[in-house]
Amino acid sequence: MIETPTLPPLDASLPRGAALWRGLRANPLLAVGGALVLLIVVVAVLAPLIAPFPGDAGNASHPFSVLHAPSPAHWFGTDQVGRDILSRVIYGTRVSPVIAVIVLVIACAIGVPLGVAAGFLGGWVDELIMRITDIFLAFPPLLLALALASVLPASLTSLTIAIAAVWWPWYVRLLRGQAASVAGRPYVESCRALGISRRRIIFRHILPNALTPLLVQVSLDVGGVILTASALSFLGLGAQDPTPDWGLMVAEGQSYFTPDWWLVTFPGLAILVTAFAFNLLGDGLRDLLDPKRSLLL
Amino acid sequence: MLVFVARRLALAVVVVVGVIVVTFAVAHLVPGDPASVWAGPHASAAQVAAARKFLGLDRPVAVQLLSYLGGILRGNWGTSIHTHRAVLSDIMTAAPATLELVITALLIAVVLGVPLGLVSARHPGRPADQLIRAGSILGVSMPVFWMALILQLIFSQKLHLLPAAGEYSPGLLFSHPLVKRTGFPVIDSILGGNGPMLGSTLVHLILPAVVVASYPAGLIARMVRAQVLDTIGDTHILNARALGFGEAQIFGRFAMKLAWPPVAAALALVFGYSLVNTFLVESIFDWPGLGSYAAASIATLDTPAILGVTLFVAIAYVVANLVVDIVQAAIDPRVRPA
Repeated sequence: MIETPTLPPLDASLPRGAALWRGLRANPLLAVGGALVLLIVVVAVLAPLIAPFPGDAGNASHPFSVLHAPSPAHWFGTDQVGRDILSRVIYGTRVSPVIAVIVLVIACAIGVPLGVAAGFLGGWVDELIMRITDIFLAFPPLLLALALASVLPASLTSLTIAIAAVWWPWYVRLLRGQAASVAGRPYVESCRALGISRRRIIFRHILPNALTPLLVQVSLDVGGVILTASALSFLGLGAQDPTPDWGLMVAEGQSYFTPDWWLVTFPGLAILVTAFAFNLLGDGLRDLLDPKRSLLL
Repeated sequence: MLVFVARRLALAVVVVVGVIVVTFAVAHLVPGDPASVWAGPHASAAQVAAARKFLGLDRPVAVQLLSYLGGILRGNWGTSIHTHRAVLSDIMTAAPATLELVITALLIAVVLGVPLGLVSARHPGRPADQLIRAGSILGVSMPVFWMALILQLIFSQKLHLLPAAGEYSPGLLFSHPLVKRTGFPVIDSILGGNGPMLGSTLVHLILPAVVVASYPAGLIARMVRAQVLDTIGDTHILNARALGFGEAQIFGRFAMKLAWPPVAAALALVFGYSLVNTFLVESIFDWPGLGSYAAASIATLDTPAILGVTLFVAIAYVVANLVVDIVQAAIDPRVRPA
């Protein structure tokens, strides 16, 4: 089922200065994506300062301003208990994007060592690791995450575990390809002949060479994890009220959607813009750093 | 070729067994003791023990796994806690509606994605290319459940152009009854020569299919662009140019020919993804398929039903990949490893 992925060039490294500037000029989508991601990070960091009603991110209730349409006082309107939707959308930058980062850190922590082991050691270790990986890859990621999240108690922790549990196999595949290609090169063979330890070869030669493709893959995956997390929360398997999670806000707003369209529209738009920003960035970084990478991995 | 098919089939069987094992493991992850849940909150220790024996939980895990595997193979996929029917028969009732939706969505995705990808590759770096790339990235960034709600609001609530929900107008059942032959309403109305019903089913398909198509359309447009740009400098393209073929022929015929295999592989991938996306979309459109069934099972925490749908979709995904691999090997001998 698995084909060996097309290997990126080994001399790929982060461009600096003039090269970086040329790359951005040639790829305005990367610049747009980068700017949007930066904006999202700034909003997340400064949320308490930017949000007009920081208290509404939590368990507030304002019975006299329930379901108000967007107005100068509440740009995005108010929800079914009167909370300011703009404030909740702003605080939402601290929920699913942060989950995406945690999920990807866990996925790398599992996937990178397994992939390096499979690619560098080869033989039965490789066979065993890759067959198990194949089985996990036989599930569409959202499907297995859904099944896992549905047997765990609904919470953000369960959601993070469920998504991380389905995301690591992609990193095993990526790192295995990298490690196997480096391990077969003459200079690594000469390292071995010189009696340099495996540990040193892995840390000095294999991991540094894998860093660029890993960075590209992580940036490509943030959007996907955010969409997956939002989908699980939309189905009630993740964040619970009063967490200002965008997927949950769409789910809660669904029953008020007609005629109170703002409850669903703005949180959903936040998911779209965030996923779009990270995908633009990831796509642009791939073009810039790792142009031979297949879209399917 | 036969050896390739046999090896590929064997691999698929191994993967399906693995998938069943993973599903079994997920089922056993349920926190707490299933026997005491089954026996109820006020059961005595003896009753819980009896429940454990009744449910087979007192046997070693390996034995439980084997009996689960055997049950799956014999078509015993468990009983839904919610509907009290056999999970497999529920799935079989719901599957045609979902397949109809997903296949329509994939058709839309190919019809949109391939030409857009070609136009994009024809003018790389130009405004049209940037626009199409941004559009296709927007397609793969779309939260489908949100898109479903928004399109429903615009096209049925506000503009009254398209129906909001259902597979067809139920009123038509009195004047033009739908005779069930295949379970696929579109095909059944064609087979029955039922014109009004066919029109109704097609109109009802538009919104949900467009929503499900957003991810595959974006992915296919990106794949076609990348693939065509990769081969456009090749000698056979140069040759075609030298022979005086027009640009439309060069791109649509010669370059696209080499782009089809990865696009086909992508189709198998998005087939699986789209099946799962129906879990998020179908209940919004009141579509009586697997997605609605899955969403209802998740809402009622109906574990046997959830795991049954998981298994079904995972197997469908493995089979789709298998079919694409075999078809590609049949067309292109280079795919077959020695």
